[in-house]
Amino acid sequence: MSTTTTTRRLTMAQAISEATAQEMARDPRVFVMGEDVGKYGGIFSATTGLLEQFGPERVMDTPISETGFMGAALGAAAEGLRPISELMFVDFFGVCFDQIYNHIAKNHYMSGGACKVPLVITTGIGGGYNDAAQHSQCLYSIFAHVPGLKVVVPSNAYDAKGLMTSAIRDDNPVVFLYHKGIMGLSWMSYFEGSTTEVPEAQYTIPFGQARVVREGRDLTIVTLSQMVQKSVLAADQLAAEGISAEVLDLRTLVPLDRAAVLASVAKTGRLLVADEDYLSYGLSGEIAALVAENLDTLRLKAPVRRLAVPDVPIPFSRPLEQFAIPQVDNIVASARGLMSFKLD
Amino acid sequence: MEATSEQLLWMYEKMIEIREYEETMARVYLEAKLPPKIQKGLAFDIGAGPVPGEMHLAAGQEPVAVGVCAHLRRDDTVVGAHRPHHFAIAKDVDLNAMTAEMYGKATGLGRGKGGHMHLFDPAVKFSCSGIVGAGAPQACGAALAAKKLGTDAVAIAFFGEGAANQGAFHEALNLAALWKLPVVFVVEDNKYGISVEKSASTAIASNADRAVAYGIPGVLVERNDALAVFEAAGEAVARARRGEGPTLIEVKTDRYFGHFQGDPETYRPKGEAKALRQHDPIPALGATLRARGLLDDMADAALRERVSARVQAAYDFGRNSPYPEPQDALLHVFAE
Ligand SMILES: Cc1ncc(C[n+]2csc(CCOP(=O)(O)OP(=O)(O)O)c2C)c(N)n1
Repeated sequence: MSTTTTTRRLTMAQAISEATAQEMARDPRVFVMGEDVGKYGGIFSATTGLLEQFGPERVMDTPISETGFMGAALGAAAEGLRPISELMFVDFFGVCFDQIYNHIAKNHYMSGGACKVPLVITTGIGGGYNDAAQHSQCLYSIFAHVPGLKVVVPSNAYDAKGLMTSAIRDDNPVVFLYHKGIMGLSWMSYFEGSTTEVPEAQYTIPFGQARVVREGRDLTIVTLSQMVQKSVLAADQLAAEGISAEVLDLRTLVPLDRAAVLASVAKTGRLLVADEDYLSYGLSGEIAALVAENLDTLRLKAPVRRLAVPDVPIPFSRPLEQFAIPQVDNIVASARGLMSFKLD
Repeated sequence: MEATSEQLLWMYEKMIEIREYEETMARVYLEAKLPPKIQKGLAFDIGAGPVPGEMHLAAGQEPVAVGVCAHLRRDDTVVGAHRPHHFAIAKDVDLNAMTAEMYGKATGLGRGKGGHMHLFDPAVKFSCSGIVGAGAPQACGAALAAKKLGTDAVAIAFFGEGAANQGAFHEALNLAALWKLPVVFVVEDNKYGISVEKSASTAIASNADRAVAYGIPGVLVERNDALAVFEAAGEAVARARRGEGPTLIEVKTDRYFGHFQGDPETYRPKGEAKALRQHDPIPALGATLRARGLLDDMADAALRERVSARVQAAYDFGRNSPYPEPQDALLHVFAE
């Protein structure tokens, strides 16, 4: 018997559909629905090949009725099925948020634990390709703000497969947000670091475990999703200048690996949060607050710095969008700023 | 309702303008997106080139836009959808500023903030949205305003048959019927919502039948024909202006390009798009005009030249305009 595991390089899109296919094969209760998930294989290819393998009863194209099919996912999950329901772009959540945040997120709680809601909402996030204000947001903080939803935001194919498998097996509602700019799509420039070796065999990655993508001594960059890829490029540049940056990929926002953040910041003494969501009332504030709450045990060598979208909708025009969304150069500059800071 | 010679010629010229605009865009949009200029290994880079982002073209659907807008005044409101150019052109949105917007230039309708799916021209009361189904209630609001302000302006909501499955559509119909609003809902049935065929998204054959549920007239226009749309829309707009309430119209129309540019169209039978072009509504209207003695070869050529110059000027304006300053991204979040 061979113990070697076969791996291949997969894009994040391929990794997500593979995880889904393997779970569908393992568990007949799992099914997929959403707009263009069938013949099209998902606008961002997250369901490619599933229709051919499982047929239209288990891979259902829906009408453009997000309230309808998100509510239906809840109803089916409450009956013991395990739906994966795709919201094409996260930006469209407004159409169906009542089903998500007042029902999918809360029914388990309001039933005193009597009802389970095992479903996964998959959705595309992020900008960088000029799709403007209604098609470029991240918004994961909004989902993470509502109690009762687990929130997963992978940065690469290996993690995406393991996290997706965990998401489908979880007995709770999980919002799984994939950044379009790291899916490996042929029609969008993407970050190659997101395409990785992925084992063919099934595996899970537990929620709430951040990953140190790159070890460093001088500062910690806490980040996630496509911003991980940008932070790694920034860390390369910083290394050339003699600055050693640690890059921490949160991987899941709920649950949040607070211990990993604190451990890294304890080691480096400097924190930069790099986020593609809006600045105010979001992830970057959450991480900064976490560190602030632990200043009794932590010693910082510089103030906390946050990089995020400066509270403007994502603009269409290329120079405006490049300005609004934090870029590799901004990460490098912020890191340099942190290093040059002198506390009295 | 008979179209006047003036209206007939206007519709013909606008259809040619829309077609020329969209076919030019199809070319311009591809610039610098295809190999060899893009990153190695990529087939198509949606974010590259002079016009980045998604692009939804409406070639083939001209009759819907011109047949309705022929009845409109400057002070009537049009709310379009993510596929907005044909409506915008038919509503006389400033063509130069509209094009500049798609290039992301400072001279654009939205100073580069909006882009192709988000065109706003308050001067002619035009707006649109990238959120499918969002326009229908907004048109109700414009109609409500006309009613409250005591004008006889009307509002039109244009959207696809896919959008008619949104809750917003049904809520809007009920509101409009309940409040007798001067609004006309126009559904473009081009058979597909991205890859999903209408038969797989909509339980009944015609959206016009849904009007019954709200006690308003529902009209099905079965031909992708400017005059047929003109007739249906004429009655609906007149009814709205008279204060008699909303109408729902569905038009069977054809989308010649993919859902968006770059769409591999794997869902569509091979050759379908090409076959659709054999029933092109533009030469059809041209033939009607000729039969009525309103058009001859010379007039047609002059008209086409005029339109080409206008479209070319708009693209030149867009291309040659300056980009906004990066920090302008911070402006216009709030009104001053
Ligand atoms: C609320 C919302 N859901 C989904 C989408 C993605 N989407 C954009 S266009 C489209 C299809 C629209 O079909 P239809 O309304 O028939 O218009 P058409 O594209 O055929 O003109 C979809 C699903 C969206 N933009 N907004």
